[in-house]
Amino acid sequence: MIPIALAIFALLAALAPVLHRLLGRYSGVWFACVSAAVGVLFIRMAPGVVGGEAFTESWAWVDGLGVALSFRVDGLALTFALLICFIGAIVLLYTSSYLEGHTRLGGFYATLLAFMASMLGLVVADNLLLLFIFWELTSVTSFLLIGFGHERPGARRAAVQALLVTGLGGLVLLAGVVLLGLAAGTFEMGGLASSGITSHPHYEAIAVLILIGCFSKSAIFPFHFWLPNAMEAPSPVSALLHSSTMVKAGVYLIARLHPTMGGTPLWDDALMLLGGATMVYAAFLATRQNTLKGVLAYSTVSSLGVLVMVIGLGAAKAAAVYLLAHAMFKACLFLVAGTVADATGQKDPARLGGLFRIMPLVSVASLLGALSFAGMFPFAGFVGKELALKAGLAHPEWAVAATAATVVGAVFTVMAAIMVGIGPLFGKAGPDQGTPEPIGWRQWSGPLLLAGAGVVTALLPALTIQPLVLSTVVSITGEPYPGEVKLHAAELLWPPSTATALSVLVLTAGGALYAMRGLYARVTAGPSWTHGLTADNAYDRTIDGLGWFSKFATRFIQSGYLHTYVRATLVAMILLVAPAVWRSGGFEMPDAPLTLVDIAIAGSIVACALVVLFLPHALAAVAVLGGVGFIMAFLFVLYGVPDVAMTQFAVETLVVIIFVLVIYHLPRLRRLTSRTRRAFDALFAITFGVVMGLLAMSAANVQVPDPVSLEHAAKSVPEGYGRNVVNVILVDFRALDTLGEIFVLGIAALGVYTLLQRGPMTKQGGRA
Amino acid sequence: MNAVVLQTAARVVMPVMLLLSLVALVRGHNEPGGGFVGGLLAAAGFALYGLAYRVDDARRMLRRDPRTLIGAGLLLAVASGLPGVLGSAPYMKGVWYSIPIPATDTVLKIGTPLFFDIGVYLVVIGITLLMIFALEDARDGDTAHR
Repeated sequence: MIPIALAIFALLAALAPVLHRLLGRYSGVWFACVSAAVGVLFIRMAPGVVGGEAFTESWAWVDGLGVALSFRVDGLALTFALLICFIGAIVLLYTSSYLEGHTRLGGFYATLLAFMASMLGLVVADNLLLLFIFWELTSVTSFLLIGFGHERPGARRAAVQALLVTGLGGLVLLAGVVLLGLAAGTFEMGGLASSGITSHPHYEAIAVLILIGCFSKSAIFPFHFWLPNAMEAPSPVSALLHSSTMVKAGVYLIARLHPTMGGTPLWDDALMLLGGATMVYAAFLATRQNTLKGVLAYSTVSSLGVLVMVIGLGAAKAAAVYLLAHAMFKACLFLVAGTVADATGQKDPARLGGLFRIMPLVSVASLLGALSFAGMFPFAGFVGKELALKAGLAHPEWAVAATAATVVGAVFTVMAAIMVGIGPLFGKAGPDQGTPEPIGWRQWSGPLLLAGAGVVTALLPALTIQPLVLSTVVSITGEPYPGEVKLHAAELLWPPSTATALSVLVLTAGGALYAMRGLYARVTAGPSWTHGLTADNAYDRTIDGLGWFSKFATRFIQSGYLHTYVRATLVAMILLVAPAVWRSGGFEMPDAPLTLVDIAIAGSIVACALVVLFLPHALAAVAVLGGVGFIMAFLFVLYGVPDVAMTQFAVETLVVIIFVLVIYHLPRLRRLTSRTRRAFDALFAITFGVVMGLLAMSAANVQVPDPVSLEHAAKSVPEGYGRNVVNVILVDFRALDTLGEIFVLGIAALGVYTLLQRGPMTKQGGRA
Repeated sequence: MNAVVLQTAARVVMPVMLLLSLVALVRGHNEPGGGFVGGLLAAAGFALYGLAYRVDDARRMLRRDPRTLIGAGLLLAVASGLPGVLGSAPYMKGVWYSIPIPATDTVLKIGTPLFFDIGVYLVVIGITLLMIFALEDARDGDTAHR
């Protein structure tokens, strides 16, 4: 049943362009209805899930690698699934108006729906490797969506950056996941919690790898820099991916693996420290932005930090509530920002004003969303923040630091909330603010719904989010929530506690900062030398450095001179082969007696080789080298391998012919290199010869218990019907190898032919 | 080099080499020889002719484009593995037929490895001559320019 939900989205994604053409302007409305219907399907699973069970389904896939199509819907998965389906529905509805008339809208719907399928698959997957597949799929669809406006270089850069950061993080995650599966003996997440990984010798490595993967996806410091740039995507994308769902994938995995990997200082402290640092730093940066989406992006990074930190503090309930609250108000605000920026043509919140009169419904949504964002009573954001503060205060070790960090982050967040969601509503309209037409229902209904949900869930938790939250807590901690459940906004306000007092402090301080925003901007600007010190710049410089290095390496290695290539090949061979030869040992001359003929042959080969060094004409050198080949063939004859000898004779003749034809074009051999260069070359050549000689000696002394050649020789006549065992091996026993070889020969010959056809290019680029 | 001597020699030697190459090909299974050596011998014959005369003469002697030979050889080699599959054995399993020759005691054994070897033979001729003709072409073209 669960895969059906995935299949619905995948199928819809595939058919979206066609359906969009058929259904016209309101296609998005229909897509939204389908998405909401899938959400209802998940709601129907809710009673079972909140009762404590989880729905699991499983099919075998690649048994040998431990990959199975297993799915599980428990509290955590259900929470995410509902977010994906319902916020996805709202976003689809919003898109039908926001991007109306866009030529590539069909493709946009397809990619967005494909993303929803991938994200849904990620949260319901019960097999670590299956989860990873969906993880990467979300990265790919996110790349496509960020780069939707690919005519703009900024969009292209942001898309590549997001893909690189999350993709490389994904590779690191794969390493961690594989190690985890191997250490636990299974890739099924159901069986991980009881496997005692925390005491496994590889635990540290696994934890670090998985955390790096999750942090890169969820934009936790120092991998935070890609998320603000992802704002190049259209607003619906920002609302769905980069605030509510995709960026929370890392948080999801951390929460999912918390029962397995948590409880150790490494895991918990990493979450607390990096989450807390992200929370404060990003919230501060949010207040320094001058675009609506910029403020929202950095504050999303900050909220992700909150979630990570809170999980590290062990407060699963706070995490669950804040997760839901944040998704609701952030999506709402992103959609509002999109509408405002599109309608007025102005993206800078400081230059916006009087929106209440111009777009009342959107403004109401904005106000409610921003109040929830700021953590004002009686909104869901207030509940979430209170719980987070309480979690910090309750922690045995880090209470002071956690609480202080949360308070500081919250102060900046309040200022950002007012900046983006409340300030522009009042006052006079800005100078470059256009007057828009009335906003259609498709653009204000979604934000209003989300904002309203933010109020309802805070005032009526028992009916709405309480069951969901409690079952999510079970998923994150492995046990039901002990003690009294206080999720009602009023319950948290009265009787007043330390957390309440801190909330009041935060709101006042944030409001004051906003009132002094001019002074604040000047004070926090910082000295000019700090302006370039961003992670984004570091990324840019790394990419540029990679480009520079590859150009340098190519110029160095691909010099165009044949002797550079030969040199490089020799050195590489020596470096690779020598250590292995040294380790294998066995450097004794074999026992066989040395006859006069052997010495004569060996001596002739050496003599020819030395003569080649001193010949002035290329033609003569080729002929003498051919002589080396012929003498070697004679050696084969002596040792009773007539087939190989014949082939060697023929090959040598043809090689000399080919060489002659090539050399025909070359001038007389000249001394092209300096003395020292030649000395080095001699050194390389002699070393290479020594290494190869040692290799030959070592190979001769290797004792193979049962050489397969004996078996071949024995079976040659009865099974191969041939007395020439060499030929029987080539065309019968190992025919498949020979088949591959002749294909390679064919390809090589075609390559040579093509190169010779081209000839040297003249200055005008034509052929000579 | 004295062109007349080379040309006369080539005219005599080339047919002998071609015949030898065929002998080497067919007897490879039981005596030294086989597809590789046979192909090289045949190619050497054509190359010699091309050296003595002009490339186009050797090409005409070959009658077919070397690339066709490569393709035909690869096709034959791949196809020679199929009879085994038809007999529900793995790909490349040898299928042999014994044909008794009347009035003698000998039995002629023909099998799919022979066709594989012929395929190898054609490929080796093709690749060698493809390269050598292209090189000889370049040489001839160069002398034409000079």
